[in-house]
Amino acid sequence: MLGDGILKGLAETARNFFGSYVSRDRLTTIQYPEQRDPQIEAARSFPFLVFDGADWQQGLRCVSCQICEKECPPKCIFIEKSKDKKPDAVGKPQFYPVRFDIDISVCMSCQICVEVCPFDAIKMDVDYDLSTDDRFGGLLLDRQRLAKSNEHYNKIHPTEAAAVDAALAEERAKAKAAAEAKASAAAKAATEAKAAAVANPAPAPQPAAGESQ
Amino acid sequence: MSTAAFPAAVLPTQQIGSEPTSGPSTEQLLELSMGPQHPSTHGVFRMNVVLDGERVVRLKPVFGYLHRNHEKIAESETYLGSMPYTDRLDYICPLTNNWAYALAVEKLAGIQVPERAEYLRVIVGELTRLQNHACLVGFLMQDMGCSGTPLMYAFRQREMVLDLFEALTGARMMCNYMRFGGCRVDLPAGWLDQTKKVLQQFPRFLDEFERLLIGNEILMGRTQGIGVLSKELAVSAGISGPMARASGVDYDIRKVDRYGIYDRFAFRVPLGSHGDVYDRLMIRVLEMRESLGILDQAMRDLPAGPIVDPKTKIRGFRPKPGEAYGRIEAPKGELGFYLISDGSPNPYRYRVRPPSLINLTVLEDLCLGHNVADIVIILGSVDIVLGEVDR
Ligand code: SF4
Ligand code: SF4
Repeated sequence: MLGDGILKGLAETARNFFGSYVSRDRLTTIQYPEQRDPQIEAARSFPFLVFDGADWQQGLRCVSCQICEKECPPKCIFIEKSKDKKPDAVGKPQFYPVRFDIDISVCMSCQICVEVCPFDAIKMDVDYDLSTDDRFGGLLLDRQRLAKSNEHYNKIHPTEAAAVDAALAEERAKAKAAAEAKASAAAKAATEAKAAAVANPAPAPQPAAGESQ
Repeated sequence: MSTAAFPAAVLPTQQIGSEPTSGPSTEQLLELSMGPQHPSTHGVFRMNVVLDGERVVRLKPVFGYLHRNHEKIAESETYLGSMPYTDRLDYICPLTNNWAYALAVEKLAGIQVPERAEYLRVIVGELTRLQNHACLVGFLMQDMGCSGTPLMYAFRQREMVLDLFEALTGARMMCNYMRFGGCRVDLPAGWLDQTKKVLQQFPRFLDEFERLLIGNEILMGRTQGIGVLSKELAVSAGISGPMARASGVDYDIRKVDRYGIYDRFAFRVPLGSHGDVYDRLMIRVLEMRESLGILDQAMRDLPAGPIVDPKTKIRGFRPKPGEAYGRIEAPKGELGFYLISDGSPNPYRYRVRPPSLINLTVLEDLCLGHNVADIVIILGSVDIVLGEVDR
């Protein structure tokens, strides 16, 4: 019959229109920005630098090894390494970035910097409404704007962050144990050396005495 | 001459000097420049069309507007560094691009892929095929003038698949998911259940689509016998993918090469017999049904295990000197990467064999003798993405 295609089409439209009042599945649009979809955990937008503790300058995990700068495909990271060293979260003296800029107008959100960083210092953010009217300054993020706390990281990627935190805690415990062991070993060595130094004068002549026997 | 239909695109009638004067007198020919910003060209693509009245006498595709030097850039990047760029080739199906590139590098360096990763690749690859074809049928309807609604129906379906991609890879379109020797991350919790839910809705969408459109007499009248590609031309011009199969060429690299683990799945390769726009549309719908079958089997058999070969390094990857060509059946056709390594961290030569570009080369043969409005749907049925054509 001529025109039954049109009738079928209208029936389908009507079904979806009235169905949308009954079933949530048929409603496929939401009223952004008032309404938002729940954040997907694996989502990624642009990188940020993780810091531990309260002070971002003190707690930055980045040790300025510049691996991410080298591996970033469009080369949008710029790092200037410090001349001096600062104690990191474990207390080990490390270099730190005096300058760490990411040009997010060039960054393509590929996550390769995150994959190559051996210190879990750089992670992907999930923020997506980032538009700005400042073409240059607004899109060139310096280290202060890049620095976000570990709590923020835990909030946006809970599963991944928990694993990273556990690994870091283990590493820190190991480092601490090693440091303690080293310290105690050093202390022991020192006391032994001292003891030896004290004891030495006495046994030292012994061979001579033995020889003479 | 109906110049009123395309007021902005019509150039002043030109004297076309050195034209072959066979056929209609050259005085009456009209040269029309469609694109590069034409709403029907699926990207920045231009066609110089010579018309006799409404009929196409000659057609010259002009591309290169989206050229970004992909191959040369890849030669100065590390092997891994090019992976995110391959997402941007055919941006409708990033995961199959990743796959083809990973396959080429794995061939070059002799890397083994663990079983679970192979399954994951098949799953995301077939999901990509589903959403690419859903996209294509929607766009084709749009080109035919069913404005909006069918495209939105198709996009609603595609959006669900993109949500799955985002939950797995972190991005809807720029997935950057495959790694040499496996995949980047494992499935998050609940992903398979969500996928099953999405896939359950797919047959309903396809049924609805077929009921409403495929059997529609207006659509049949509009597409049957238009843009016929003969089997001989398809073979001699190197056409691949659904476009070749719509002309009856039984050539599917999943069956021919059996790359990955495709020999473990039972699926059929649908073939067309006329090679017109209708067949090309129909092939996509049938392929979606076959992909659903493959997905069911792959998700049922998905084994546990590692997802990446532990021996491959992320940094400092240097394959030994040699060359390799890896190809897969991408949703648009044969997608291949040709690599030459000289032992340094970046490829000495990097070449993409894009299916869209090669399928586009026969556009003039398909359009000759048809009306201006048919060019639009013929181009739509070829299924191009300009990111891949121009690279
Ligand atoms: S972010 Fe990571 S890879 Fe980059 S310089 Fe800092 S520590 Fe090194
Ligand atoms: S996400 Fe990719 S492009 Fe952006 S800074 Fe990291 S490596 Fe560079």
